[in-house]
Amino acid sequence: MDKILEVKDLHVNFATYNGTVQAIRGVNFDLAAGETLAIVGESGSGKSITVRSILQLLAKNADINKGTILYHGEDLLKKSKKEMDAIRGNKISMIFQDPMTSLDPTMTIGKQVAEPLLIHNKVSKKEALGRAEEVLRLVGIPNPKERMNDYPHQFSGGQRQRIVIAIAIVDYPEILIADEPTTALDVTVQAQIIDLLKELQQKIGTAIIFITHDLGVVAGIADRVAVMYAGKFVEYGSVDEVFYNPQHPYTWGLLDSMPTLDTSEDDHLNSIPGTPPNLLNPPKGDAFAPRNEYAMQIDLEKQPPFFKVSKTHYAATWLLHPDAPKVTPPKGIQKRFEKFKKLGDK
Amino acid sequence: MAKYILKRILYLFLTLFIIATITFFLMKMLPGTPFSNQNRLSPDQLAIVKAQYGLDQPIFIQYIRYIGGLFQGNLGTSFQFNNEPVTQLIGQRLAPSMQIGAQAMILGTILGILLGAVAAIRKNSWVDTLATFVSILGISIPSFVLAVLLQFYLAYKWHIYPVALWDNFQSSVLPTIALAALPLGNVARFMRTEMVDVLSSDYIELAKSKGNSEWQVVIKHALRNSLIPIVTIIGPMAVSTMTGSMVVENIFSIPGIGEQFVKSITTNDYPTIMGLTIFYSFLLILVFLVVDILYVLIDPRIRLGNGGND
Amino acid sequence: MEIPQIPKDKFKLLNNAGNKEQEKIGTPALTYMQDVRRRLFKNKVAVVCLTLLTIIVFISVFAPIIAPYNPNAQHATLSNLPPKLGNLNIPGFNGYQNMGGKMVDAYAQVHAPKGTYYLLGTDYLGRDLLSRIIYGTRLSLIVAVLATLVDLLIGIPYGIVSGWKGGMTDNVMQRIVEIVSSVPNLIVVILMMIILKPGLISIVLAIAITDWVTMARLIRAQTFQLKEQEYVLAARTLGESSTKIATKHLIPNLSSTIIIQTMFTIPNAIFFEAFLSFIGIGIPAPNASLGTLLSDGQKAFRFLPYQMWAPAIILSIIMIATNLLGDGLRDAFDPQSSD
Ligand SMILES: Nc1ncnc2c1ncn2[C@@H]1O[C@H](COP(=O)(O)OP(=O)(O)OP(=O)(O)O)[C@@H](O)[C@H]1O
Ligand SMILES: [Mg+2]
Repeated sequence: MDKILEVKDLHVNFATYNGTVQAIRGVNFDLAAGETLAIVGESGSGKSITVRSILQLLAKNADINKGTILYHGEDLLKKSKKEMDAIRGNKISMIFQDPMTSLDPTMTIGKQVAEPLLIHNKVSKKEALGRAEEVLRLVGIPNPKERMNDYPHQFSGGQRQRIVIAIAIVDYPEILIADEPTTALDVTVQAQIIDLLKELQQKIGTAIIFITHDLGVVAGIADRVAVMYAGKFVEYGSVDEVFYNPQHPYTWGLLDSMPTLDTSEDDHLNSIPGTPPNLLNPPKGDAFAPRNEYAMQIDLEKQPPFFKVSKTHYAATWLLHPDAPKVTPPKGIQKRFEKFKKLGDK
Repeated sequence: MAKYILKRILYLFLTLFIIATITFFLMKMLPGTPFSNQNRLSPDQLAIVKAQYGLDQPIFIQYIRYIGGLFQGNLGTSFQFNNEPVTQLIGQRLAPSMQIGAQAMILGTILGILLGAVAAIRKNSWVDTLATFVSILGISIPSFVLAVLLQFYLAYKWHIYPVALWDNFQSSVLPTIALAALPLGNVARFMRTEMVDVLSSDYIELAKSKGNSEWQVVIKHALRNSLIPIVTIIGPMAVSTMTGSMVVENIFSIPGIGEQFVKSITTNDYPTIMGLTIFYSFLLILVFLVVDILYVLIDPRIRLGNGGND
Repeated sequence: MEIPQIPKDKFKLLNNAGNKEQEKIGTPALTYMQDVRRRLFKNKVAVVCLTLLTIIVFISVFAPIIAPYNPNAQHATLSNLPPKLGNLNIPGFNGYQNMGGKMVDAYAQVHAPKGTYYLLGTDYLGRDLLSRIIYGTRLSLIVAVLATLVDLLIGIPYGIVSGWKGGMTDNVMQRIVEIVSSVPNLIVVILMMIILKPGLISIVLAIAITDWVTMARLIRAQTFQLKEQEYVLAARTLGESSTKIATKHLIPNLSSTIIIQTMFTIPNAIFFEAFLSFIGIGIPAPNASLGTLLSDGQKAFRFLPYQMWAPAIILSIIMIATNLLGDGLRDAFDPQSSD
């Protein structure tokens, strides 16, 4: 598969009054055409900053101080402002978390959806509006023709997110970044939006980077999953690998705190104790060690490298070192391992 | 919408009625008659004059007459100025006041918007600091102080503008500048706050992610959204401009209603004070009304009857 | 991929289970007020303004000691003297004056006794301008402080009662507020000034009678929110008296609003005093206020500009400093409002 996007050794710092926040501390991943990569992790782990770096939509105090972001082999970090403008909303576009505040309250939605077309293509206003109407229909806005002249406040939250999605896909982007597109919506609407994204992906063949802190929605949409903690990826692999053969204790914790269909009454949900480290001065060793039930001396001293679990599955934990003791993961995770065996047998 | 406007107009008249009533009785509470201090009239003459002004009637009758007169657009007659009707006085003097008032508000608003917008876009830079400084000066230095300084340096010393004269546009420049400083400062501060808010909002992020350049984002999205709330400070701006115009007209000897008002205060010309008070109140309440309607019209979120519940 | 070589003993489990200490770590909790003070003192502009105002207030309070002359003492022979700073020969402050194109020693001309210096010169009645400015500032500040106090005394209880009672009471009280605020406050102030005898008390009342409305509005809105807070609800169910709830729970939480609003009421009051005195219906002669000084100064401005410059500068400094300090306080109380 050809990689359309490769992020290598990305480091992002923020200058604040209290010092430098090392928000992203060496992130590597790639994206193939048409695939969906999910990035999961607790709040503050750096998911948004990672993807915003791609479009360079970061706060003024941000500094991408190391790394490359190759888009078709060209480093986006070396592009000029103008070149980046040409990529945003055209080749790579983004859906934001809160549909209630993402739309310009004083502009009709028709104009807002048509805007990317007018920026990036030599089309007339009329053509652009016509296209906008089509796309609004595509994302499931009823009577798009009449509603083109309505303002955002005249739509429900779910509808607004559909409009935001329409804006993002109107110019058929190659990559669609969805930063928690369903977090602000209620559960039934969440499912509709996920279905819509899947459907659109099939129709226009865009690759999706899907961010969430809800593992529950990942299985339904993603091909691959990356787990993020304190500005680093700690484990990544295919959905089945990460869900049913997780190796990192943090992934265990996340999965264990997620309700599943076969969670029975007596399986209590465990949340991970403690809080993420302060990224003003990140720990020397594994950032997760202080919260890790299975922490070893080495975890406090040295950051673990990625250990290969399979050709597509990697995890950064010293537990995978040949010299590490064998540990028994939580009960819920053991059940998952059993399931994974069955999957493998098939 | 029509119902809303009608209701507001009704309120306008109610408020005016209350103001007129209060003004009337306050003026009647004043000790002595307005004639006691200037003309030495014999008791007979005084009675004649009083009858002429209707001052011999019981106070209640006077009140009814006054209010009745108001409804016919009669604001009473001045004790001074050859017994001119107050409405006529206003008619003669309204134009200069309106001219410098409107010029000052327009100039102040436009410059203020520019200053505030630039400050917000270049937040925390030296431009921002400079803009903040200018707007604080505008807010803090009273218009009459500024007027005197402008008059002294630009007119008296350097002869760039006439000192105190009212004929052409030239002569309106200095009073306009003196009056524009306050709206400029207020609008710039307001605009900066609004714009900083808007620029950090999610829809601006989205606009950037569409591929708009920095300036396109400002022009297409940020400006309009921060400009709409500016409408709400037009009312208070009119009030402060009116306040300022009273002294500024005096300093530059402009034959406007502000100058007239101050003159009637210092000469105890009660009917003129009353008439002008009611007229000013009417003007300002009208401005507030128009501004409110304007706001409803330009902000799609609060279009009435549309169920906009944002 | 090569596997790093690590000494075996490093792979001992630490038994972190139940390790909860991590949660306690954090920055030492500052109380809200300490935090506000820290933010305020970090703001250089606010600190400069605070210092300036402190100096001005200090001078005003000790005016009788600091002022070199009696502010109302007239010396017909020593009228309109230019500033003179002792025997220092600083242009503009050496007692020389331009007369018909020649610089002449004005002090010598009027045969001022030796050792007579007026740092800021004298006015048309030969009164020492510096002393008049010191006393004038004092009077203007008194007006501002009193007006603000009256403003608080009406506005806070009104706002609290209106917000706390709600319902019909609130409705009636709000209609009153609406009517009062729909009348342009300058007009009210002027009418009050015409009716009341000119003087300190009248000015204070005239200003306060319009200004309390804003305060009442803000306090009411906040009281509405506070009413629903748990600790207030708890106090209510425990049967604490209304006055006690107001003083113990409401006022402390309203303090930021009150302080910030006060910082905007003061310059407003100072402006109105100056305005009224300037048009001649404010502080009556011979007392000096910044407004009367400006008014006097304006009359002589063409020939003796310093008589206007001095009060104009002091007035502007007070206005600028209070406005900026108000901004600083707002940012300190509500850090989100700035950045
Ligand atoms: N402008 C900024 N200045 C300083 N620190 C910042 C800034 N923006 C983000 N950070 C820090 O960077 C880290 C990562 O933030 P990010 O927004 O990527 O988290 P996230 O994983 O998207 O979380 P969430 O699920 O809450 O959206 C956080 O610790 C945050 O405090
Ligand atoms: Mg995020």
